[in-house]
Amino acid sequence: MAEKLLIDIQKDFPGRQISIQTALELTPSWTVLFGPSGAGKSTVLRCLAGLETPDDGEICFGNEIWFSKNQKTCITPQQRGTGFFFQDYALFPHLSVKKNIGYNLTEISKDEKNKRIARMVDTFDLSKLENRNIQSLSGGEKQRVALARTLCRYPRLLLLDEPLSALDNPSRIRLRKELRDLLRQFKIPVILVTHDRTEALSLGDRMIVMNHGTVLQDGPIAEVFSKPNQKTTAGIVGMENVFPGSIREKKDGLAIVEINDNLLEAANFGLDTGPVMVGIRAEDIVIRLARETNSSARNQLRGTIEAVVLEESLVRLTVNCGFSIDALITRESKEEMKLDVSREVTLSVKATAIHLFPH
Amino acid sequence: MITDPLLLSIKLATVVSALLFLIGIPLAGWLSITRLRWKFLIEAIVALPIVLPPTVLGYYILVSISPNSSIGSIYLDVFGSALPFSFPGLVVASVLYSLPFAVQPFLAGFESVDRRLSEAAWTLGASRLKTFLTIVLPSSIPGLITGGVLSFAHTLGEFGVVLLVGGNIPGSTQVVSISIYDQVQALEYEQAGQTSLTLLVFSFFVLSLVYATNRKVWTIWPKNS
Repeated sequence: MAEKLLIDIQKDFPGRQISIQTALELTPSWTVLFGPSGAGKSTVLRCLAGLETPDDGEICFGNEIWFSKNQKTCITPQQRGTGFFFQDYALFPHLSVKKNIGYNLTEISKDEKNKRIARMVDTFDLSKLENRNIQSLSGGEKQRVALARTLCRYPRLLLLDEPLSALDNPSRIRLRKELRDLLRQFKIPVILVTHDRTEALSLGDRMIVMNHGTVLQDGPIAEVFSKPNQKTTAGIVGMENVFPGSIREKKDGLAIVEINDNLLEAANFGLDTGPVMVGIRAEDIVIRLARETNSSARNQLRGTIEAVVLEESLVRLTVNCGFSIDALITRESKEEMKLDVSREVTLSVKATAIHLFPH
Repeated sequence: MITDPLLLSIKLATVVSALLFLIGIPLAGWLSITRLRWKFLIEAIVALPIVLPPTVLGYYILVSISPNSSIGSIYLDVFGSALPFSFPGLVVASVLYSLPFAVQPFLAGFESVDRRLSEAAWTLGASRLKTFLTIVLPSSIPGLITGGVLSFAHTLGEFGVVLLVGGNIPGSTQVVSISIYDQVQALEYEQAGQTSLTLLVFSFFVLSLVYATNRKVWTIWPKNS
């Protein structure tokens, strides 16, 4: 069994408290700490790196105790060997790109050091920038240098604090796709802090949703999105239907996506065939009693209503069409159509309402 | 033996600035990273010369380095001469008197370096000392220059402390400010005017240079966040 990172900490601030209990397997997978700003995500990350000291609890990395209030142990950031990626990069402005990447690589031989730097330069496509000054780099370039610097020490755990938030939109979209692939070769567990749903869906395997300093939900990413355990979580994640699927083929700007043997057509913005996360908002689903012949909606799914839940002025229907999917309709529609559990219905979804996130 | 008071002043200011780099950088560096609760007491002690009348400071220095005191008698035993009314005595007094003018700009410089740079270095395995030497120090060069120039200029212009501790011995402790005082007392206005003008032009030149090279770091009182 894989070793685990046990996190059970509490940190007090005037007027608020941050507490989190979780255990992460130390395997090369991505955990997303997700939540609105001020939820306490970055503080948790800083506590893991040793940059802040929790007020109570413990952090254990495998057999190592990193922090324990009871045993009065708190080892320094230097001893933890984590890689920490700062939101604004924190590159050393007075050193060249190459010197930033190789900073403090003192425990290995000069040959080994040069080899490592060369590998980083190659991986992150920095060959033209090696001797450049940090101030002369663009945002995307700085981001790559910061990643290279963090990974050059082969950290045992990678902590990313909003790694894409300081980038302009086109670079962000491109790097969102590339980041997982780039980091795969390093085979380390990654903990990512973000408030961006798309980023979480593209990068995460597991998701921990935080709000006001507490964990609302913790589980596999598709499950957290599709089955939020409470209304606050649903509000924060903002998308009720998320399924792992894969793009089978592409044609005319559309992608044929497979989810549990069902084929759906989705508007495709430059994704290639392969695994994806498929997201559909509950309010984008139209319910009909009979199968429709003339409709602009590209996707029609037949299924049975499993549950009907009243939510203020709306009604949430859970429909089983091989997989469970949530739809939000008005109370009036429910009454008019006499919708109830075990009734058979047709769901229609426009191709543009199906959101694809490369995974 | 240097007899010109101006040259003596410049020699004193150079020695004092050099010593203040040696003492001030570790002291300011320690103040910038320590989480000691009583740090403010050290800061207050360092800042005292700014508010104390030079005569008060001079009096205490004179008393504490006199051969009757423990420090003074040790110095006498080791070097065979007394500290008061000598050039080394002047150096000791000037270092204490100018300490805040070096330490505070240094500290302001260190504290203006983004804390995340240090944190990044720590997560990359660099010790606190290495981080200070390789990241913080090179990023605070403007603050170091300001501190150096200020302590040089301040030492050049001191009067009260020098008079009390050093007296007025030509070639040994008669610095330029004291020689101007002497000239005025002797009604040698023309000579006093020349010396004063030299000092005025020199000080103005030095300060303009500091303002021109780094406006931002000019902070005598660093903000402690």
